[in-house]
Amino acid sequence: MTQIALRKNRIKLEPVIFYSVNTIIMVLVMVVMIYPFWNTIAVSFNNSQDTLRGGITFFPRQFSLYNYETVFKNQLLVIASINSVLRTVISTVLGVFTSAMVGYVLSRPEFLWRKFVTRFFLLTMYVSAGLIPQYFLIRNLHMIGSFSVYIIPGLISAFNIIVVRAYMQTLPSSLVEAAEIDGAGHFRIFMQIMLPVCKPVLATIALWCAVGAWNSWFDTFIYCFGKDNLTTLQYEMMKMISASMSSGTNKSADAIYGNMIVTDSVTPVSIRAAVTIVASVPILVVYPFLQKYFVNGVMIGAVKG
Amino acid sequence: MNMAVNELALQKKAIKLVDRRKLWNRYKSQKSLFFMIIPCMIITFLFSYWPLTGWIMAFQNFRPNKGYLKSTFVGFEQFKFLFQDHIFWQDFRNTLVMSVLNLIFGFVFAIGFALLLNEIRSLGFKRITQTASYLPHFLSWVIVCSLISNILSTYDGTLNNLLMWLGLIDKPVLWLGEQNYFWWIVAFSNVWKEMGWNSIIYIAAMSAIDPQLYESCEIDGGNRYHKIWHITLPGIRPTIIVLLIMNIGWIMNAGFEIQYLLGRGLVMDVSETIDIFVLKYGITLGNYSLATASGMLKSVISIVLIAVTNYISGRMDEESVF
Repeated sequence: MTQIALRKNRIKLEPVIFYSVNTIIMVLVMVVMIYPFWNTIAVSFNNSQDTLRGGITFFPRQFSLYNYETVFKNQLLVIASINSVLRTVISTVLGVFTSAMVGYVLSRPEFLWRKFVTRFFLLTMYVSAGLIPQYFLIRNLHMIGSFSVYIIPGLISAFNIIVVRAYMQTLPSSLVEAAEIDGAGHFRIFMQIMLPVCKPVLATIALWCAVGAWNSWFDTFIYCFGKDNLTTLQYEMMKMISASMSSGTNKSADAIYGNMIVTDSVTPVSIRAAVTIVASVPILVVYPFLQKYFVNGVMIGAVKG
Repeated sequence: MNMAVNELALQKKAIKLVDRRKLWNRYKSQKSLFFMIIPCMIITFLFSYWPLTGWIMAFQNFRPNKGYLKSTFVGFEQFKFLFQDHIFWQDFRNTLVMSVLNLIFGFVFAIGFALLLNEIRSLGFKRITQTASYLPHFLSWVIVCSLISNILSTYDGTLNNLLMWLGLIDKPVLWLGEQNYFWWIVAFSNVWKEMGWNSIIYIAAMSAIDPQLYESCEIDGGNRYHKIWHITLPGIRPTIIVLLIMNIGWIMNAGFEIQYLLGRGLVMDVSETIDIFVLKYGITLGNYSLATASGMLKSVISIVLIAVTNYISGRMDEESVF
């Protein structure tokens, strides 16, 4: 009797235990994913002298907007923000357009060079000459220290092309055939039919392009070194980390903050927190809304790439 | 007799002409397609294929003021030097070790997370967890490194605070200054950044598993763990294998940014990867030939690996890219 009761109990108990443990693990995952960022937000809104006392966790102790004020008053950081926004917008628009255009051509079954051109683009995903030859190419093209270095070299992405092409191939062929019968040329079909129909996949690619452009700093570091008017937010951020890493602790200020208005009331830690937030908020605002698109995009990319 | 042969030849010629005319017409009708794609091909050629000619530097004693044509050729001297350089081998080792750690941890955590998430019944909670898990993927490495250095800081760092509160350590540990910890920090940073993103594909593969399989398992008296072990995992096995093989192809790319940003001073010996070697010799020290040689070596190994792994995964399921 007791054994049966026990067994019944166990059967009922097991799911409860499993779901509780699983839910706790998931909540922990969420905390681990979000906390570092949340904490940075709290620090960025906290009075910087107070932050040095330590112990800021979820909420600011002494609320202050002074850190952000300092960031936005700094000439270099304002230029950096403008450049970051500009390069993101331009390379997203151009990147999406070219990927869609190449994807369209490669999705046309009658295109004569289809096989060759597809391989021509695909190979670029695997073959890379490396940093130094790339550097000399950019140098020979006189693109060092010019804004175009942010846009042109990364303009065409084979991966994005494959994703767009795969999406277009799933569309019914009658879509294009009907337009062809009506006498529309390829460019017109592309602009007026394909672009609107492919909105979901283009949203995915736009997100990837935008994230890539917004997050990159290496091109500024290599090609626009020392050009203050071409600096980007991520690069400024990188300089701050380098300074804090080489000085050992987060507390000590470094030469890098010479051009920051360092006063008694602003510390590197707080400034870095504020810049971190400024440099990541634009993307964080956008990505949850595009979630359903990029999940599909990942699937297409994984299957085809 | 002769006439007939002549006629046949003439006919053949005519057919050929018609064929050529037809082909020409096809090209003409696709004028706009070529017009759309050729500019993009030129840009791709210029930035992806043309730099390969720069590999010539690896066989020279390259001087920028002399150019490719007038620099002296030294044959395989640069490679010889490279193979005798213990820093290069150290960086080679670091690259491989960090790559393998990233690969193993990346797979285990992404699959584990996907399995657990798959068991969550509440759709809203599932969605929120998933959205939160993507968050770090969209942050740049620069920002991630900044967050990591805050968390690991000896002064009021969250990890040290937590461990001290739990009584596991007496005084703060200098996590980023100790060689023993660096590889693990890189591995776990990668897990933190990419776990949610990498799990997308497994979750999608799980949702494609036939629900009838679960039902029949239940009828046979299988519990939750039986279902996970005998249905869910075998269901996503093809996905796992293909991704694993493809990732092995990328093993020479251990990442660059986190090692460059966090691997300073004391941990340089374990943090430097081949990419950093190239950067250091090429851009900082101006030894372009040596840097190109090491970069080229890395690229060639990479390309061979990718070709092999892609071939294998292509044989395994027919959706290879080539």
